[in-house]
Amino acid sequence: MTPFDTLTGIAAPLLQDDIDTDLIIPGRFLKTVTRTGLGDGLFDSLRHDEGGAERADFVLNQPAFHGAAILIAGDNFGCGSSREHAPWALLDYGIRCVIAPGFGDIFFSNSVNCGLLPARMARADVAALAEAVAAGGVRLTIDLIAQQVSGAGEWSFDIPPAARARLLQGLDPIGETLQQLAAIEAYEARG
Amino acid sequence: MTAETLYDKIWDDHVVTGTDASALLYVDLHLIHEVTTPQAFAGLELAGRAVRRPDRTLAIADHNVPTEGQAEGIAAVADPESRLQLATFDTHVRARAIDYLPMGHADNGIVHVVAPELGRSRPGMVIVCGDSHTSTHGAFGALAFGIGTSEVEHVLATQTLRTAKAANMAVDIIGTLGPQVGAKDIALALIAQIGTSGGTGAVIEYRGAVVDALSMEARMTLCNMSIEAGARAGLIAPDATTRAYLAARAGGAASADLRSDPDAVFDRHVTLDMTGIAPMVTWGTNPAQAIAIDAPVPDPITLPEADRAAAERALAYMDVAPGCTLIGLPIDLVFIGSCTNSRIEDLRAAAAVARGGHVAPGVRALVVPGSRAVRRQAEAEGLDVIFTAAGFEWREPGCSMCLGMNPDKLTPGQRCASTSNRNFEGRQGPGGRTHLMSPAMAAAAALSGGITDVRAVAA
Ligand code: SF4
Repeated sequence: MTPFDTLTGIAAPLLQDDIDTDLIIPGRFLKTVTRTGLGDGLFDSLRHDEGGAERADFVLNQPAFHGAAILIAGDNFGCGSSREHAPWALLDYGIRCVIAPGFGDIFFSNSVNCGLLPARMARADVAALAEAVAAGGVRLTIDLIAQQVSGAGEWSFDIPPAARARLLQGLDPIGETLQQLAAIEAYEARG
Repeated sequence: MTAETLYDKIWDDHVVTGTDASALLYVDLHLIHEVTTPQAFAGLELAGRAVRRPDRTLAIADHNVPTEGQAEGIAAVADPESRLQLATFDTHVRARAIDYLPMGHADNGIVHVVAPELGRSRPGMVIVCGDSHTSTHGAFGALAFGIGTSEVEHVLATQTLRTAKAANMAVDIIGTLGPQVGAKDIALALIAQIGTSGGTGAVIEYRGAVVDALSMEARMTLCNMSIEAGARAGLIAPDATTRAYLAARAGGAASADLRSDPDAVFDRHVTLDMTGIAPMVTWGTNPAQAIAIDAPVPDPITLPEADRAAAERALAYMDVAPGCTLIGLPIDLVFIGSCTNSRIEDLRAAAAVARGGHVAPGVRALVVPGSRAVRRQAEAEGLDVIFTAAGFEWREPGCSMCLGMNPDKLTPGQRCASTSNRNFEGRQGPGGRTHLMSPAMAAAAALSGGITDVRAVAA
């Protein structure tokens, strides 16, 4: 995975609470055997109507938010299934950071594991930040080392230290664990 | 020694190295299926890594298998993408000598139904699977939770998982269950009370007299829905019921007692009193948007401000009106199945309602047993005859209409009475509308053609 330290990009607000993984990437897109190409299915039912045409009122379809790299979302973002296809779809579309008051647990760890930053911010701050970028075209800079967001005021966000370290290092976690092979073997040997 | 919860004990017993903030946890049983593993196998191949413990891995194809003609094999699967995914899984699993129940195998079915049946899910274990409803296995006093594909790859390569410890949450379920009220109603009533993020960051231990009296099947239904409350996992301490279930299966009886110390401290505590609670049904697009069958759909005005916008959106999507009950709301489909409610007791409850009746004109009703073993048992009891005589389709096992990956799915605007676990927008097919309920309630809806209070039709 690509290490994450800073990111500058257009921010798009999507303040609905409980955006579940079926909304992020519906089940019918999960028949793939690769990690790439899922961006087309991202938010499919929100982005597209039943005939497949773009819904003009959906935020990511508006020209001022084209190419968004940061999503400002409601509480409990990514609740639901364990599909890593959700962060894969976001990344494939170009979104590398989601700012929200809270995240589904599995979505959170999946995101960290594939290099998407899930940044926690108090509900009131998320609402204010969404307001600040609502006109469109606003570029924010996310600094993971300082845990700061700038570009439309200054904001700080939360991320557990272990998750932060993983994102910053972008190391191969399996390789790291395999260095602990002796400890794993000792555990297995205790019966 | 300080007092510990059941979760603390299982956690401590499995830490290979590390701290609560980031521990390497040993995995006793890794369940894999076709949707969340192809990319993990590809990753292993790219890095030239082996599967460390094929003997601790169990592979089952369940998510996108068709629910008819399974004996014809993967080559006969009509949908080319599903066929490729099933074939990819099949190739990887066979090449690595992993224990495998392919489509059509005499013991296959939904992974969360099959592993317990085979006696593979046992007290004190750590069980993971690339599927959020892995929480089901917590019914055995196992720490069981869903993981993503990167983590699946990590477990395949190392038999461990790097993870942080969750909080301890106790849910006491007390009171008495009314007629036709069971585990599904408990789960929906709890989620309606605490919300879809009420359990976020925590492992729930279910306790109390109501839980003690539940069968293993019912405990699995309850633990299954833990994830819908946002919890990492659900747990029930093993007891005589657990031991009796395991004694009848491969692997035999469970050993020592494993429970929270009496003075263990929980970070959060919730009590749910089931006395007077009617069968539950969802009206909206998340499992917390649930009401008693005889209660009115809430008017968004009466809800806390934070819930209002979501409620309005859900009412519009579901096309239901606030202020009156859902009774009589016409449905197009009935789905009795999924890892929540496809076990033998679920089918018995549905058959008891369906017996002698007939599915209403214009309604399609599917019964999809959770496994071949459930299907065989049901057939031995004559339940299949009851269902087919009543006009229900009797299908082969799989996830089916729970997530609409195989041909069983809703078309836009269709309304479904479903025993599955998620009523999210589009979950059962784009534009589909899902009302979650128990198997008995779903069977009653099938007969009447609309959402029904099962207590009015069954003694
Ligand atoms: S039945 Fe539904 S919830 Fe259960 S494992 Fe299959 S898709 Fe997931």
